[in-house]
Amino acid sequence: MRAALKPLLDPLLRDNPVTVQILGICSALAVTTSMTTALTMSFALTAVLVASNAVISLIRRHIPSQIRLILQITIIAAMVIVADLILQAYAYAISQRLSIFVSLIVTNCIVLGRAEAFAMSNPVGPSILDALGNGAGYSAILMVIAFVRELLGFGTLFGISIFPTVANGGWYQPFGFMLLAPSAFMLLGLLVWALRSWRVEQAEPATTHVDREEALS
Amino acid sequence: MPDLNPITLWQRLLAAPNDSRGKTLSMAFLVSFVAALAVSSAAVLLGPRLDANREAERRARLEALIAETPGLAEVLPGSGIDSLEVLTVDLRDLSLADAVDPAQVTELTPDDDIAGIGTRPDLQQIFMARDGRDLALVILPVYGQGYQSTIRGYLALGPDLNTVVGLAITDQGETPGLGATIQTPGWLAQWPGTQLMDEAGDIRVAVVRGGGTTEYEVDAITGATRSSNGVQNMIRFWIGPLGFGPALDALRSGDL
Repeated sequence: MRAALKPLLDPLLRDNPVTVQILGICSALAVTTSMTTALTMSFALTAVLVASNAVISLIRRHIPSQIRLILQITIIAAMVIVADLILQAYAYAISQRLSIFVSLIVTNCIVLGRAEAFAMSNPVGPSILDALGNGAGYSAILMVIAFVRELLGFGTLFGISIFPTVANGGWYQPFGFMLLAPSAFMLLGLLVWALRSWRVEQAEPATTHVDREEALS
Repeated sequence: MPDLNPITLWQRLLAAPNDSRGKTLSMAFLVSFVAALAVSSAAVLLGPRLDANREAERRARLEALIAETPGLAEVLPGSGIDSLEVLTVDLRDLSLADAVDPAQVTELTPDDDIAGIGTRPDLQQIFMARDGRDLALVILPVYGQGYQSTIRGYLALGPDLNTVVGLAITDQGETPGLGATIQTPGWLAQWPGTQLMDEAGDIRVAVVRGGGTTEYEVDAITGATRSSNGVQNMIRFWIGPLGFGPALDALRSGDL
């Protein structure tokens, strides 16, 4: 049972696409100024990932290796356009706030990465589980970063006031830096650092060696 | 006689080695075909909803344009855009029509078509507000080709029909961060007060780099020359002789 659920559970923490593989961070930085947009983006990415993994896995035995990337991207792009249209039809205001980032799911490394690394060589069931797991792993990181950024940047969560801000007669002075992209980089960095200190096996071996004495001299 | 039974053809395709030329071409074709089918059915099925959303957005922008332009809300007898008088004008002969008919269009020659729209719909709506009997405000729907999308907006003119009181961009798909700046309040704030024509009636309004030095100029967006030009040409076309020019003249002389 545990082995069957491995593709679903592994990407949550042990092999998280964002914090371990450092994939898909562009959108993770861009849409995390509010929990609402982050959640919408998480659903959109997970839906696209599940659909593309399922389709690619379904036809994996008939994909000519020479044009496999083109076929994968074609399938992913079609899914993304459909997801974008659905968002525009049923959640117009949020889709305007997400602007181009839904369309940019096409270039999200997680989607192509899972297609190439998993769906091309596994049956449909495990591929869907893998997609769900990776989508959830991505979503979890997005929600954590969006939680900190929205709470400190606006004093709200999902648009509901938590810390009454000075502008509204409260006491909280919003931390404007949290609304800028660099803050997401720093939060992500701190999160990766924390996770790798806790689970040491995730840390990569050092690729360069700095001689302390030489650096100081 | 080759075997044309589709089922056996399909089976032969599936059995063919993946890297054979026939299978590569067939797979490329099949995948693109199914993807195209999925995208176009989604666009067609969701079309009415998307149009309704965009229409609501356009209405909200027009309302925001009225709310943000100083002195405008007071001029309107009621509140919001419901109090605006709507004229549907046939731009060919300035007669009034009952409803907009997208099928009636005039082909534009490439020389005339500065806005890059190809054909001009003949029936256009003009929104107006009157202060007593005098014109207080005229709002014209405008659109034209930008860098990579069609830019749509509303141009609000003061009583002299030459002074811009506001520009609202309702639709655009320009490059985010560059061309899309045309939709930001900061850039649009340059428009109020801009003059469209000089005393001789020549169209002088322009979007130029380092502009804003004369009353006809608005500063262009650095790095988005073609989006800036798109807005300029859109406005020049629609206030020109093939756009609302004759209708504006008629309004000025009280004939419309």
